[in-house]
Amino acid sequence: MKRIILEQQQVDLILTRICHQLVEDHGDFSNTAILALQPKGTPFGKALVHRLNQLFGIQPTYGELDTTFHRDDFRRSDKLLIPNEVNIDFEIENKRIILVDDVLYTGRSIRAALDAVNDYGRPASIDLVTLINRKYKREVPIQPDYIGEDIDSRTDDYVKVEWNQNQCKVWIITDNDK
Amino acid sequence: MSLLSTKHLLGINDITLDDINLIFKTADNFMEVINRPIKKVPSLRDITIANVFFENSTRTKISFELAEKRLSADVVNFSSSSSSVTKGETLIDTVNNILAMKVDMVVMRHPAPGAHQFLARHIDANIINAGDGTHEHPTQALLDAFSLRQKMGDLNGKKIVIVGDILHSRVALSNIYCLQRLGAKVRVCGPPTLLPKHISSLGVEVSHNLKESLTWCDAANMLRIQLERQEDKYFPSLREYSLQYGVTLPMLEKLDKEIVLMHPGPINRGVEITSEVADSEQSIILNQVENGVAIRMAVLYLLAGKAND
Repeated sequence: MKRIILEQQQVDLILTRICHQLVEDHGDFSNTAILALQPKGTPFGKALVHRLNQLFGIQPTYGELDTTFHRDDFRRSDKLLIPNEVNIDFEIENKRIILVDDVLYTGRSIRAALDAVNDYGRPASIDLVTLINRKYKREVPIQPDYIGEDIDSRTDDYVKVEWNQNQCKVWIITDNDK
Repeated sequence: MSLLSTKHLLGINDITLDDINLIFKTADNFMEVINRPIKKVPSLRDITIANVFFENSTRTKISFELAEKRLSADVVNFSSSSSSVTKGETLIDTVNNILAMKVDMVVMRHPAPGAHQFLARHIDANIINAGDGTHEHPTQALLDAFSLRQKMGDLNGKKIVIVGDILHSRVALSNIYCLQRLGAKVRVCGPPTLLPKHISSLGVEVSHNLKESLTWCDAANMLRIQLERQEDKYFPSLREYSLQYGVTLPMLEKLDKEIVLMHPGPINRGVEITSEVADSEQSIILNQVENGVAIRMAVLYLLAGKAND
């Protein structure tokens, strides 16, 4: 079974809300950079950057981080882990970093991302934004700072975030028709 | 295009164009890694790799070792001069002894062509060929093609000449296979005594005229004269060889285009190319060395990722 949990209208509200929260904490973003996780976090990251610009005229430093080489399931999953491109053309050292991803579930991707960020330097702080927070079940002690939507789901459900030309829909799919 | 078609890297002849493209794409990612402030990633931290060298090597061995360490693998080094091989141990026994210490991958250089195929049939670990006699040297060919692609873009339709000692060169054979897979036109150029008799059956052009070949090509790969493999005299003297087949700066200046120059190293300066050419803007010799680490990281990463299938 396939059910929509967020439509573009709601994602729009979420983007606006999170941008306000971010500006409250990070001001004019002069020492803050947004780092979206490859591959699925980047459309959400770009949408946040776009909305920050629309609402506040802020053009935050933006980069894309790949965590493939730091993942803990290399040689343990059926598939070979193929890396994605990294786009970071600024210094991480002493910057406040906002990590952006689409779905937070087990927390393992974020654990890998925390390791990967350190390869580029020591940030002043790291915050985490996630569009969807699947509350059940975390496998490592990691929690988001900014949440689009909390959802309860079973472990065999699948949450799919679909971006199509800046339009976003979020689905929940039960195991029968992934 | 998400998996290599093979468990070992024995030669370029055994892998597909998709494999080559996957290795290049992954090497691009590793180029980014080795230019980070921290040049190490933890991907192979639970893997042990044995570098087994039955023949001398400086740069290939260092390049592999660096690639392994940047992937966080544990590394053991073995060279024949300091081992039981000199006491008469067979290849399989030597390698089985190393594998009994729970080694997952073997990077091997061996003087006998086909030694790796033989080993692959008998042991379970992933095997990477770091040179087998005069047969193949796949990672060198991959890094050569990767360096060319970096400098000239897509190699489809490009003209590459391989100059010098084709007869004794494993680099030449692997390069021919690799460049042809990528759609390049390949020519070999050298004195008749240093070209294998039936080399044209591989679909390469054959020439004995360096100047004409330089006019023809977009890039030239200058091979080292392998004096250590030449029991007989193949040419009267090094001086005569370099007069006929050595690239000099005036030669390049006379061409109406800028060609790319490569050399797998170590260079005999003043024999295959002069110092001015080796150090010129057109030479990508040092890029080849840097790219070598990224290519070897990619090969190790992709083969290791397949180990549990």
